Amino acid sequence: MHGNRFRHNILTALLLAPATAWLVVFLVLPFVAIAVFSVGERAPEGGYQAAFTLAQYANLPARATAFWNTMVLAPVGALACLLVAYPVAYYLALKAPPRWRLILLALVVIPFWTSLLMRTYAWMYILGGRGIPALLAFVGIEDVRLINTPGAVLLGIVYGYLPLMILPIYVSLERLDRRLLEASADLGAKPLSTFLGVTLKLSLPGVMTGFSLVMILLLGEYLIPTLLGGGKVFFIGNALVDLFLQSRNWPFGSAIAITLVLVSVVVLVVANRISNRVAGARRVDLI
Amino acid sequence: MTAVPDIEFRGVTKRYGAVTAVSGIDLAVPPSAFVALLGPSGCGKTTCLRMIGGFEQPSEGQVLIRGQDMAGTPPYRRPVNMVFQQYALFPHLDVAANVSYGLRQARPRLSSREIGQRAGEALEMVRLAGYGGRKIHELSGGQQQRVALARALVNKPAVLLLDEPLAALDKKLRTDMQIELQNLQREIGITFVLVTHDQEEALSMSDFVCVMNGGRIVQLGQPSEIYDEPADLFVADFVGKTNLLAGKVAGHAGDLVDVALADGTVIAARKRTALQQGETVSVSLRPESLSLGAPDSGPLKGVVRNRIFLGSTAEYAIEVQGIGTLLAKADHVVGQGNLFKPGEPVAIGFATGTPLAFPETKNNGTNQRVNKHVEIIS
Repeated sequence: MHGNRFRHNILTALLLAPATAWLVVFLVLPFVAIAVFSVGERAPEGGYQAAFTLAQYANLPARATAFWNTMVLAPVGALACLLVAYPVAYYLALKAPPRWRLILLALVVIPFWTSLLMRTYAWMYILGGRGIPALLAFVGIEDVRLINTPGAVLLGIVYGYLPLMILPIYVSLERLDRRLLEASADLGAKPLSTFLGVTLKLSLPGVMTGFSLVMILLLGEYLIPTLLGGGKVFFIGNALVDLFLQSRNWPFGSAIAITLVLVSVVVLVVANRISNRVAGARRVDLI
Repeated sequence: MTAVPDIEFRGVTKRYGAVTAVSGIDLAVPPSAFVALLGPSGCGKTTCLRMIGGFEQPSEGQVLIRGQDMAGTPPYRRPVNMVFQQYALFPHLDVAANVSYGLRQARPRLSSREIGQRAGEALEMVRLAGYGGRKIHELSGGQQQRVALARALVNKPAVLLLDEPLAALDKKLRTDMQIELQNLQREIGITFVLVTHDQEEALSMSDFVCVMNGGRIVQLGQPSEIYDEPADLFVADFVGKTNLLAGKVAGHAGDLVDVALADGTVIAARKRTALQQGETVSVSLRPESLSLGAPDSGPLKGVVRNRIFLGSTAEYAIEVQGIGTLLAKADHVVGQGNLFKPGEPVAIGFATGTPLAFPETKNNGTNQRVNKHVEIIS
């Protein structure tokens, strides 16, 4: 009996060991290293030099623009994604003819099979001088700048992350008991009231999952602002690349990274709270 | 009937593509009645209910509520409310918010005081006062059922629709709820339309039973009529337990026909429709109308195979040579040792007029039916 249990525990430990080791080596240790770096100093020749100072954190305002861009464009981008994704997910889950549903769903996912880099490059050309602006010039609208603007970055964000928003919302709408909608109508609720009072509320866990997923990925976004924002719309991700690889100010980069992680955690917790409160005791799956 | 019917179907047909779910239904439900739509699954009863609720539109014909044609009227503008199968309570709202949901839809808006008061009254009516703050998932099945009732009644509908409301409850609770529903209907005096596949439920609760099969109404009547005078073989077989004996018409005598059974015995049976000489018929004999006696005291001879003692009654499976196994039910009188034992030879008798002869329709394999009952009791 006792030995059995012991053997059982050993087996569990063995099965968990690879994943645990992976997480320790590639997540926990780097995280600790970054935390240590963030209270250190930049070595004269670049890199890290041991110290204990909060100077790097005090210096955060130096990268206020990157923070500001990220803090504005990440939620705005996630919100824009949500506004585009919700009707699509709603249509897929509740209105699409069942035999088309799978095909349409596949169409949502298929772009994922090509790398985001490729697809963002494509947008670079579409929005660039020889893309849409050239077309507009052809019909007489001159001097339209699309590339390297916050708008272009936002567009890239919505385009790139849309499937990540659609899928969780689709799942929560698909799980929605249709009889609840009939019950609502039966009790006198007009379609809009039913949508706001039942459909939207019960799909909030999916909305929150999609929103936090996209938002967290956006907080660390590097590619889209680089390609579509040029040097002008700078994200924290770009600041990090710059600090670690160009100016080799590891401690400052680490302080920014730690701050970013903390912000992400706060976003996640708040989103979880909101959907828990609204959706009642229903289980809420974030990611 | 001078009063305007609460619900009226006029030539209602509902098709889904090539499938006809309901075909040519005419039905008028008088005010303040408790009506059951009874039938096997797929008979169109739920479709009928959903057409009253406004969730389906008839392909042909009209559905009227209190004399008003409901064509094009969406569910939220109909003066009816529904208790859904498995209740369809809102999981994100507590009991009070579920019950007051309908009140909060009213325009012009009701004061929150009135909403609270009326929701409280509705909860009291279903004996759930004080449960307002509970979450739906914290309630038992019976409590959820009552919340669904309160939620549907709070808007004071002209008609309450109930879609298999008791199907999810256990037997004891179901019996309690049957009584409670009946009381509730009398108390508030509105029409209840109940959809069920459970004939016992239909017979026990309603004033009128509308038996449906294959998208049509087969019989409409009071429960005792449906049970005692089934319109056809389907109703006889579906409502209550019965023995169906195959035979051929051997002669006519007024209202009665002589039916020659498979073993050659000729019995007199009442007919519901004209029958031809030599026509194949099924004779329905209710288990409780059979009387058992000493051998040679009745027209059919058999041997007791199983005895199920149920306290107030005893049920017997009796094998009759050449006919099959019949189910008989006898009242048990305390102190009288009138129980037959398995293996004992008995004679089966019945009062004149109790056997009913029906023309054999598409429903074949009557012996199988008889055996099915035996399976249940043995």
